Amino acid sequence: MVEILKERRAQIVEKGRDGRGIECGKASVAGSVSQRACVFCGARVVLYPIADALHLVHGPIGCAAYTWDIRGSLSSGPELHRMSFSTDLREEDVIYGGERKLEACLGELIARHRPKAAFVYSTCIVGLIGDDVDAVCARVSAREGIPVLPVRSEGFRGTKKDGYRAACEAAFRLVGTDVLTPVSPLSVNILGDFNLAGETWIIKEYYRRMGIEVVSCITGDGRVDEIARSHRAALNLVQCSGSMTHLAREMERVHGVPYRKVSYFGLEDTADALYAVSEFFGDPEVSRLARELVVEETDRVLPAIGAFRRDLEGKRAAVYVGGAFKAFSLVKALRLLGMDTVVVGSQTGSAEDYEYLSRITDEGTIIVDDANPLELSRFILEKGADLLVGGVKERPIAYKMGIAFCDHNHERKIPLAGFEGMVNFAREVHASATSPVWRFSPARARARGGSL
Amino acid sequence: MLLRHTPEAVAERSALTINPAKTCQPVGAMYAALGVHRCLPHSHGSQGCCAYHRSALTRHYKDPIMATTSSFTEGASVFGGQANMLEALTNIFALYDPEIVAVHTTCLSETIGDDLPQIINKARSEDKIPKGKFVVHANTPSYKGSHVTGYANMVAAFVQYFSRSTGRRTGRINLIPSFVEPSDMSEIKHIASEMGIDFAMFPDTSDVVNGPMDGKFRMYPRGGATREQIEAAGDARLTVALGRVGALPAAKLLDTKCKVPVEALDLPIGVRATDALVETLRKAAGVPVPDSLSLERGQLVDVLCDMSQYTYGRTVSMVGDPDLLVGLVSFCRDAGMRVLHVVTGTNPGPKFERRIKELAGEGVTVRTGLQADMFLFHQLVKGERPDLIMGNTYCKYIARDMDIPLVRVGFPIYDRVGHSYFPVTGYRGGLMLLERVLGAIQDRIDRDAPEESFELVM
Repeated sequence: MVEILKERRAQIVEKGRDGRGIECGKASVAGSVSQRACVFCGARVVLYPIADALHLVHGPIGCAAYTWDIRGSLSSGPELHRMSFSTDLREEDVIYGGERKLEACLGELIARHRPKAAFVYSTCIVGLIGDDVDAVCARVSAREGIPVLPVRSEGFRGTKKDGYRAACEAAFRLVGTDVLTPVSPLSVNILGDFNLAGETWIIKEYYRRMGIEVVSCITGDGRVDEIARSHRAALNLVQCSGSMTHLAREMERVHGVPYRKVSYFGLEDTADALYAVSEFFGDPEVSRLARELVVEETDRVLPAIGAFRRDLEGKRAAVYVGGAFKAFSLVKALRLLGMDTVVVGSQTGSAEDYEYLSRITDEGTIIVDDANPLELSRFILEKGADLLVGGVKERPIAYKMGIAFCDHNHERKIPLAGFEGMVNFAREVHASATSPVWRFSPARARARGGSL
Repeated sequence: MLLRHTPEAVAERSALTINPAKTCQPVGAMYAALGVHRCLPHSHGSQGCCAYHRSALTRHYKDPIMATTSSFTEGASVFGGQANMLEALTNIFALYDPEIVAVHTTCLSETIGDDLPQIINKARSEDKIPKGKFVVHANTPSYKGSHVTGYANMVAAFVQYFSRSTGRRTGRINLIPSFVEPSDMSEIKHIASEMGIDFAMFPDTSDVVNGPMDGKFRMYPRGGATREQIEAAGDARLTVALGRVGALPAAKLLDTKCKVPVEALDLPIGVRATDALVETLRKAAGVPVPDSLSLERGQLVDVLCDMSQYTYGRTVSMVGDPDLLVGLVSFCRDAGMRVLHVVTGTNPGPKFERRIKELAGEGVTVRTGLQADMFLFHQLVKGERPDLIMGNTYCKYIARDMDIPLVRVGFPIYDRVGHSYFPVTGYRGGLMLLERVLGAIQDRIDRDAPEESFELVM
């Protein structure tokens, strides 16, 4: 295997060669070009799609600037979430405290926008100077009559995963505040889908066709009122388990709502998700509708996928994504396209996640936790990957190396969820892998014996 | 729609920033450090900062952006970041083998009071910095200044650490550009090269963040100013600082430290500002202006003249970074345009407003610093509608809301390409910018023309 920092070795295994488990969930090694982000980032991406809430970043300007409308979480209505609000803390605030500024900002914003709720994100500096954000939020909440929720997302308090947890804790305070609005017994909440490119809408439509009410989406195209009554849904469906399992557990513990982990990525996983729901309700009509839906949709998309598969068969893929659950689905979906996953990693996977990954991948596949660009590029070379599936920071690495790329993160512009999403995924992978531009890649030309 | 949220009336705000027209210091420091060859930027703070800056620069340049982080945890924020920094340096030199590690701080490490010089000394005394390798640092707290300040601070740090005066003056001229694109840096070098003068430019991000696709991933692309150049800058005869906010601090430090005189110029955008650069170089080096540059200048003036009827008297509002804004105002005035609004989230000092008014007249509205954000810019534009907006990608919301054409220039640009390769500086860059401005104006005239006056020849 390629040259790896001693401290990193335990976080990488090659299936079939290394008999050991993988180490994960630890802070990135200091000095590595980690692809990971911080607690604030985790909390911000999770709560951000709640479109009728105010999102105020309490800290210096950067934290707000870097998270301003970077994630295409679509809203079917209000778009307050797409604005960037910051207390823009300056040196004097760091010295004298930022509480007064925070309170003034909240007052102005609530007066202007009349949001349904407000989230106040604490950044590193707030944790250090010791602003009592909870107290400010409680005061403003009492005065304005809306929930004002502190999000404990100081960047240094852990990894992005801890940010998910902070987000879940803040969102959980909204859950259960509406006990009046009627909710169907055949009802679910969609957790952990963020409506990138409208994916939540696709999934919602499936459930509508199955005769199931979606009470709330947390948080894609999210609304404060829907979250407030979400505790009365019969079932929570958790996608992107890394981000939202904590909320699901809390809702189970406090409100008795059971949950199922699902994925809507790939035909197999989407069908499994819909069947799991119909099985849960045990309602013959729901089961019939689910079966019809799966058969109809699969029949509709399989020919298109088959056409793409012919060109992709035998190609090799590397996968590096945020959450491990997405990696599972990707491995399966790529297999459906005839592709082998030769490198797979995540930023936030757990030991069980990696254990599962090692079960579903082939011998020789490299499994890696918290990879950095140098490692990734070397694994890609070593394993001869033709495609990298990743996020914004991985894209140019793939392109510079002259291999195909598919964004499976914030920057996807077409929905990849559900049955039609699988066609889109196949189309995107196919378009990138068969792009004529690779003819001009010197590496490929050299491999063919050319000189350039 | 998103911008229904912006009312026309400008209300006084006590504290709040809405839709910022700036970002924080470290990203500027990271960018400046990429402009030095085999230099690895290092973020001394939580790993989120580094991830955000890398993402921002990656989105803007569509190239890999390499930087490392001290990965602060709760412990580091209580006990200080020294242990993280020392571990980081060991790992960085072992794995990534840079020549230089350029450390910038964050609000976190600044507030806990990490003493970077002391930590770097400790690293050196403990042999954590291999022979022939260097670690430099700049203080870049996020709660002061902006990304432009961070850029300026990191450039000054290179001078502080590397520039030496041997007592033997050379004929060399130092060129320090403000926070501009790699294409602009290339263009500035082009001008100096055409004049045949002995010069060194730093930082220089050309061939670093606009690298070729050649089938390889490189930690350290081939571009970047060398450490030797920055060291030798102390013996130069003159430093030309292109931009008061981003470039002048390093030039002044070089003067203080090594007695190299400074000439502070505006960023060379448009005819006048480029003339000023050429004239300064000509005088300092005692060389004639080559025909090739006269030709480039003549071509720019030719197109300005050919198309003057489409630019003269047109109104423009712009938002961005101070040095760029001065250059753009100068350019727009060359083209006979009237500048209505100039907004920057950076606090550029009192000279900025004076300079803008010298160029654009007293009628221009200038807003800077706190609460000078995109929200305010939108309100100003609603109050007095320009024919054209110039600014970064975030202006697209405003341009769409107001149905005003937008010319993208500045940082960040996340939704178009070109800025990495097509400069706005120099005569050639001026021509490219003019072409884009004309395209925006003329497309609009075509779009809005009634059929009977929709003309073939314009």
